[in-house]
Amino acid sequence: MATETVAAEGEGGLEFHPFDQFEIKPLFGEIGDPVSWYTITNATFWMALAAVCVVLLLVVGTRGRAVIPSRVQSAAELVYGFVYKMVEDVTGKEGLKYFPWIMTLFLFILFSNYLGLLPLAFTPTSHIAVTAVLALGVFIGVTVLGFVKNGMAFLGLFWMKEAPLFLRPIIAIIEVISYFVRPVSHSIRLAGNLVAGHAMIKVFAGFAAVAALSPLSVVAITAIYGLEVLVAGIQAYVFTILTCIYLKDALHPSH
Amino acid sequence: MATETIAAGELADHGAAGPGMPQLDVSSFPNQIFWLLVTLVVIYFVLSRFALPRIGAVLAERAGTITNDIAAAEELRHRAREAEAAYDKALADARAEANKIVADTKAQIQADLDAEMEKADAQIAEKTAESQKAIDEIREGAARNVSEVARDVAREIVAAFGTEADAKTVDSAVDAKLGERA
Repeated sequence: MATETVAAEGEGGLEFHPFDQFEIKPLFGEIGDPVSWYTITNATFWMALAAVCVVLLLVVGTRGRAVIPSRVQSAAELVYGFVYKMVEDVTGKEGLKYFPWIMTLFLFILFSNYLGLLPLAFTPTSHIAVTAVLALGVFIGVTVLGFVKNGMAFLGLFWMKEAPLFLRPIIAIIEVISYFVRPVSHSIRLAGNLVAGHAMIKVFAGFAAVAALSPLSVVAITAIYGLEVLVAGIQAYVFTILTCIYLKDALHPSH
Repeated sequence: MATETIAAGELADHGAAGPGMPQLDVSSFPNQIFWLLVTLVVIYFVLSRFALPRIGAVLAERAGTITNDIAAAEELRHRAREAEAAYDKALADARAEANKIVADTKAQIQADLDAEMEKADAQIAEKTAESQKAIDEIREGAARNVSEVARDVAREIVAAFGTEADAKTVDSAVDAKLGERA
């Protein structure tokens, strides 16, 4: 590794460390200290910051409880209305019971994504450990809910009544596989999008070391940053609406 | 041995920053998962206890206020319509009343006028009759005077001729002459 870096430096002064930004480091103490489960790390800090932002927007921002809202309250109401309508549209009235959970997911992912776009920031949602816990939480929660609400009828989700009889077992197998792939795609989609964008910015930033390439590098970083701003919002939305769709399957397993 | 340990330590230090992705460093997973769960619980608690009920209440209150305002506006408009209708009706009534009064007054005046006219006509007729009578009397008087004067003149003329005129003859002659003229 060391020799590789030296060789790279020797070639043209180019250094690429696109993944350094994703390192988990203890916030206090020496770098290289062991990270145990309770250590306060940069991940802890940025997650906490996301929580603080949620509180600032939704609690502090709405403390006026004004019928004619302030700007921040208006934004809070906008987010509330957006997610509320999403849950209601996708899952129906019964799904609104789970609205606080979905709102929690959406706000955590949204703020993590956007805070991660700050220079020198750390993005918790770029870690598969985080997104996998989120996705598995949704998967397990939805599956348990499906069986609790519908009993064995929940398995009807895999048994296509519209399909010809001889196709049904085959479809059922495919449906079961796709059902179990859900948490994988659900989590990797989110983490992958963020990692790709963040790493790409770092790669282009690495090119800035060469004077001739630096203007191009700046333009590219700007462009990708703009794209990342979109991706941060869209991925939070996608994760949330998929959660709603899975929840709908649990509440109404018959297609 | 010592160098090996250092090398191993360096490798371990570099392990996280090494060529692999930090995302795949399983040793950091418990930390991330623990703090993620803490964060999610905190956010969920804040949302479900404070934020969401409050925003929901504010939105409901606003919807209620808007509905009430619209209902009140509707009510006011309804009342304005009623007031306008009442006003129009009052105006129409007043107009009808005025017309009636005008017509009555006109009829009254006409009646009075007719009565006065009749009276005046009667008076005029009376006066006319009186005048006619006077004129007739005067005429009659005049005629009688004429015949008397004519008789006297005739008698005198006859007397001047020297003959005693028979009164009867003179009278009849004068009457005959006057009758011719009349």
